Amino acid sequence: MKITTLLSAVFVLSSASNVVAEEYEVGQLNKEFTIKKLEIKKGDTVRFLNEDSFFHNVFSLSDAALFDLGSFPKGDSKEVVFEESGEVEVECAIHPNMKMVIDVKDE
Amino acid sequence: MRLYSKACLLTSIFGLLSLNVNNSIAQEFTETTFKAGHESLQQWILPSMPEPSDNAITPARIKLGKALFFDPRLSGDKNMSCASCHNPSLGWADALPKGKGKNSALLARATPSIINTGYNTIQMWDGRKKNLEDQAIGPMEAQEEMHADIDQVLQFLSDNSHYTKMFRRAYPSEPINTDTLTKALATFQRTVVSNNSPFDQWVKGDSNAMTAQQVTGFKLFMDPNKGKCAVCHSAPNFTDDGFHNLGLASFGDEGPDLGRYSERPLRMMKGAFKTPTLRDISLTAPYFHDGSADSLTDVVVHYVNGGEVKSNLSPNFLAAELSEDETADMVAFLKALTTEREPFRVPNLPVEE
Repeated sequence: MKITTLLSAVFVLSSASNVVAEEYEVGQLNKEFTIKKLEIKKGDTVRFLNEDSFFHNVFSLSDAALFDLGSFPKGDSKEVVFEESGEVEVECAIHPNMKMVIDVKDE
Repeated sequence: MRLYSKACLLTSIFGLLSLNVNNSIAQEFTETTFKAGHESLQQWILPSMPEPSDNAITPARIKLGKALFFDPRLSGDKNMSCASCHNPSLGWADALPKGKGKNSALLARATPSIINTGYNTIQMWDGRKKNLEDQAIGPMEAQEEMHADIDQVLQFLSDNSHYTKMFRRAYPSEPINTDTLTKALATFQRTVVSNNSPFDQWVKGDSNAMTAQQVTGFKLFMDPNKGKCAVCHSAPNFTDDGFHNLGLASFGDEGPDLGRYSERPLRMMKGAFKTPTLRDISLTAPYFHDGSADSLTDVVVHYVNGGEVKSNLSPNFLAAELSEDETADMVAFLKALTTEREPFRVPNLPVEE
């Protein structure tokens, strides 16, 4: 009985987080991020899509998210799941004018 | 039928919209008409010099900045000015492979020209300074360069009645301090501009400004299957303000200069350096951040070879596909980016009589 209750709780929690987790897309076009400021919730995914005809990079050295997606060409995209809340500064290392901020809120 | 037309219309509009926003290098090339003055070339015309909101360009600020730029008394040994390395007679650089600082100490990198640096959105080979104001204090304070004691410099300026007058005229409501010192230096540098080269005249409509060979060279420069240069040396200032590892031989040295990596510790930034403008490039040999190319031909040949040390090449660096003749065409074009030089008058420095 106890085990059943626990399992149900896990199921409810996971379905709850499935319901709220969202996916966002941010483009890289004309050496700019198509969105400059994005507010998301913890657990959400952001997909970065290169729409320029040359390579871009996406990285962040922020406390709330540390990642380097390497470089990728036009039409390719890479995803990041944001697990921590806080302000995340995202840049392209190749073209440092390309900057955006993702504000990750607690659920 | 009506619905079908509407759908077609929508498709066309959507197609047009995507066309407008798709900044494809290939598309840019095919849509460029290589004819003097053509509309498709206008992106190469430099805009007026950007000015920070708290440091507008005024004659008084230019005059002050020019004096400071040429004044060796701002250095620790009172014998080096900004112009010692950024020499106006040598394209505002020093014609050395790498700069030489205090007591002729060999510096780590080539002296970048200051021509058109006012257009840069990031400064220094590794981008460690964000603007000219921020940059100006760097070489003055650097121990191996001007090694100035800034407090002493400010004291010297405050004790000089001519300088105090010039500061008052340039920044009436501000004191003589690091802020006004660097703002004046930045303002002067914003007046060092190359924007009237044969290429500029050709872009503006003078069909005789460039030779047929130079126009061919420009086509090769833009062509994503030939020179592949405009990906990084992009309009209007022939730079993307970006950072690239070009596979220079020195990257294979033991303990190589890691460039941008010191500011952004990401693997791809190892050995990456800022794309310099190509305007007035014929005046500033030798080339690259390590001064390893003696001539423009050497530079183009480096690109044709696809670099030497290819372990961390910029993904946007692809070997140029140019024959010997085409290499010569490219070099001829690069020489068309130099504005005819006019005599430059160095300032009389403010001395107490």
